[in-house]
Amino acid sequence: MQAILEHHWFSNAVVAALLLGSVALSVFVHRNELWRGAARELGRRRPVALGVLAVYVGIGLADSVAWVDGRMQGEDVVSAHQPRSAVERAFGGRPEKTYSRPFAGAELYGTPPRPLAFPGRHPLGTDILGRDTLLLTLRGVRVALLVGGLTSLIAIPLALLFGVSAGYFGRRVDDVVFFVMSTLASIPGILLLIALVMALGQGTLQVCLALAVTSWVSFCRIARGETMKLRELDYVHAARLMGVSEVGIVWRHVLPNLMHLVVITFVLMFSGQVLVEAVLAWLGIGAAGSWGQMIAQAKDELSREPVVYWNVLAAGAGMFVLLLAINSVGDAIRDILDPRTRRERE
Amino acid sequence: MAAAKNDSAGSESVRVRDLVTTFPYGSRRVAVVDQVSFGVAPGEVLALVGESGCGKSMTALSMLRLVPKPGRVEGGSVRLGETEVLELDVPAMRRLRGHQMAMIFQEPMSSLNPVQAVGAQVVEAILLHEDTTVRAARKRTVELFAAVGIPDPRTRIDAYPHQLSGGLKQRVMIAMALALRPTVLLADEPTTALDVTIQAQILRLMRELQRDTGTAILLITHDLGVVNEMADRVAVMYGGKIVEMGNRRAVLGEPSHPYTRGLLAAMPGRARRGEPLHEITGVVPQPAEWQRGCRFASRCPERLPHCTDQPAPRSEPSPAREVFCHARVGAPRDIDPGSSRPVVAAEEGE
Amino acid sequence: MLAYVVRRVAYGLVTVVGVLFLLFLLFFTITAPDDVARKALGEKAQQEQIDQWKRLHGYDRPLLPGPGHVRDNMLVEHFRRMLTFDFGRSDADDTVILDRIKDGAVPSILLTTPLFLVGLCLGILLSLFVAFFRETYIDRTGVFLAVLGMSLSILLYIIGAQFLVGKLLRWFPISGYDPDPAVVWRFLALPVVVGILSSLGGNVRFYRTVFVEEVNRDYVRTARAKGAGDGRVMLRHVLGNAMIPILTNVVMAIPFLFTGSLLLEAFFGIPGLGSMTVDAIDNNDFATLRTMVYIDALLFILGQILTDVSYTVADPRIRLE
Repeated sequence: MQAILEHHWFSNAVVAALLLGSVALSVFVHRNELWRGAARELGRRRPVALGVLAVYVGIGLADSVAWVDGRMQGEDVVSAHQPRSAVERAFGGRPEKTYSRPFAGAELYGTPPRPLAFPGRHPLGTDILGRDTLLLTLRGVRVALLVGGLTSLIAIPLALLFGVSAGYFGRRVDDVVFFVMSTLASIPGILLLIALVMALGQGTLQVCLALAVTSWVSFCRIARGETMKLRELDYVHAARLMGVSEVGIVWRHVLPNLMHLVVITFVLMFSGQVLVEAVLAWLGIGAAGSWGQMIAQAKDELSREPVVYWNVLAAGAGMFVLLLAINSVGDAIRDILDPRTRRERE
Repeated sequence: MAAAKNDSAGSESVRVRDLVTTFPYGSRRVAVVDQVSFGVAPGEVLALVGESGCGKSMTALSMLRLVPKPGRVEGGSVRLGETEVLELDVPAMRRLRGHQMAMIFQEPMSSLNPVQAVGAQVVEAILLHEDTTVRAARKRTVELFAAVGIPDPRTRIDAYPHQLSGGLKQRVMIAMALALRPTVLLADEPTTALDVTIQAQILRLMRELQRDTGTAILLITHDLGVVNEMADRVAVMYGGKIVEMGNRRAVLGEPSHPYTRGLLAAMPGRARRGEPLHEITGVVPQPAEWQRGCRFASRCPERLPHCTDQPAPRSEPSPAREVFCHARVGAPRDIDPGSSRPVVAAEEGE
Repeated sequence: MLAYVVRRVAYGLVTVVGVLFLLFLLFFTITAPDDVARKALGEKAQQEQIDQWKRLHGYDRPLLPGPGHVRDNMLVEHFRRMLTFDFGRSDADDTVILDRIKDGAVPSILLTTPLFLVGLCLGILLSLFVAFFRETYIDRTGVFLAVLGMSLSILLYIIGAQFLVGKLLRWFPISGYDPDPAVVWRFLALPVVVGILSSLGGNVRFYRTVFVEEVNRDYVRTARAKGAGDGRVMLRHVLGNAMIPILTNVVMAIPFLFTGSLLLEAFFGIPGLGSMTVDAIDNNDFATLRTMVYIDALLFILGQILTDVSYTVADPRIRLE
């Protein structure tokens, strides 16, 4: 299972699926007047943040498309049979031995410092193992998008399933879901996460699963409450009287009315997951190659003499800009879609 | 717009002159209250009548300088005795609100603070303006509750809004508004949210209290039945402007402005059985669509060529009667807007 | 009222049972005791050593109740220990867990109490201020700063503050702890300030939304119409009505408070419960870890009960139901 998920053809297929899905989504948004208006309004309000996000998604996708070269390049037998992503090909392949400053010609330490193999070719310097910081930062984009996106894709359907059934069918179902929710909510998220990751084992997928388990509860509660309100609306009663099946009512009348909450939650959840993953990374149980891991090393690097600042700055900036863009888009989306703030604006 | 010459400030509790309040619509600001002028004498009830969105609530809020953002009072004058309300500084304005000029709102359900006992809210109003003890203010509140007809005032004073019926809540609002015997009371649709039977009680109560205190009341309503019951004079608003003003009997009995006529003809009680109700054709234009001239022009059955681009001129068909209409400046025209009464007869009656 | 409290406490107990089952699932079934022993003893440990270690730490019993061992099994033992606060010894260094919790509680409370109270008051006051100036440039600037603050990882706050204050300004020690009351504040000042700053953005944005929603309500207009000033309207009427969402958020914040203090304690070298948890993660000390999770869940459930009861004080509409 793990092997399949980590095979490069799998991630290529996922990229293809994502592209197809986004085409389908944009067709849907374009056909639906309500969503088209919201999308246009979003574009009007947050052009810069949307542009920044597009760049991030572009980098993340480019880093997900990988292929094997097939024939040997030079004498490097090992790397010839390793799949390498588009981002690696564009920015990688210049390994050094240890730390070096941005654009430096020689290593940071040593008397005298040894010259670099690729002097002046590392615009953001290198880390302790001599890896190019720019490449590491760019590769972190994919990990962050994976952590934020995959987690939300697991957590939101889960929350919808349980929240809607609890809210719609009530009684026993509601009792059970409510018990599970209050139990999970009672354990502070970070500790539950730590416990889950330690129990499930380490790895990006495990981290995403653990994040999903700890984060679906809050949206489940919202979905449950909203469904209970929708269930009592007159047109839902009317549909029931006309003989529409329960599943039909949920599908036609309940779910579409929760969609604005789904969109808002997706965006807000996304940035939360990236922040929490950084904490996990610092605890040594984060996703491989994340910005969190780069930042976690800073405690050591900043106390060196001379100070190694470029790794934490690059990773911190990569994360900060992504989250700022997502949060500001999220704020705008909430303003546009949430009926409460919508009323306030008018 | 010159105000009526015969209105002397001395005989009136409040005089509003050329009041203008604007709201932004897109890139420009539209006057939702446009050059409104009127006065209310002590012990008098002036009814401000119009459809929703015509600016009547905004007029009252402008008088208290409580226009919600991004709205803004742009000009004009509100004189309360010797005081120019629009020029007061913030602390003086605060002292005036609830003291000389008080207001009752349309929704008693949401207009009371839900987490405070109703008595405490009246006590707060008293303590804000009078240097007295909480105990004395409570005692006054119990008396006020009794005066507005709240049964068992001593226990009701500690009740929370959600424990009271709509009618009782509105009585609390009235008690709060009248607690400091204001010179002017602005009542914004005080009975609209209530049951019909309660409506009559509340109106009667306001009348009785007014007799005792001599408060001038500006009664905002869209309900001509309420006007009939309460008002001494009537001002009809349309599109942010007053289109007709005068004694109740005159305005309701012999309406002059085409809009007033349409409004009266549309009242269910006026049509004969079996006859379809009259309706004013077209829809109320949005503030963003208001044109320079008379705002009723697009729906007016008596429209003249220059109505759309020239503001309607003021005319006084009889003393203490004002009409803003191009069609009334020259000779009265013999056009029946559809009401069952002959218009000419109505005008001759004045 | 009493009936409500009793019902609420009863439901709290049901939740505790749920938490204990979840912990059992995580720490006894998904992670096999053999793995735990091997992690504690090293990969090359002999089966004999492992069995001895399991016996010592109580992992040698059958997992679930069955014929012949109705009471002598790990599930019952787990419940018995947790419910009687007999947490046993650490899996890593055999120290008594309860003793370490008692030692660690004081520094943790000294850190989190000022952090929580000052942070809450500051957040509420700032967002009242911003909400009062809603739809102006003050509001827009405030919201932008709040979003900016929310987009920074707490790691960056801590690392940045340590670098700035410890390395460049040298005002405070950047790490360490001394229980002497005269000097302890010197060690706590920086983590408290960093903790407040890191949570300020999220708090301001949340409370602003709550306040703006309240400011637009009819009763606020009524208060103004009777002559109440801006300060009075905001503090007495708006704040009073916003207490329910504030209380909810305060309780929701308590576990995050723990997260914050976990990192703060570890980074600033404060020997509290947070440091203890981080050590437990580093040492694969499952016994300590599940105890910490359990205690924090207990505190959270207790806090929730207190909140629900305090709702009834804050809102008369709930009180009388």
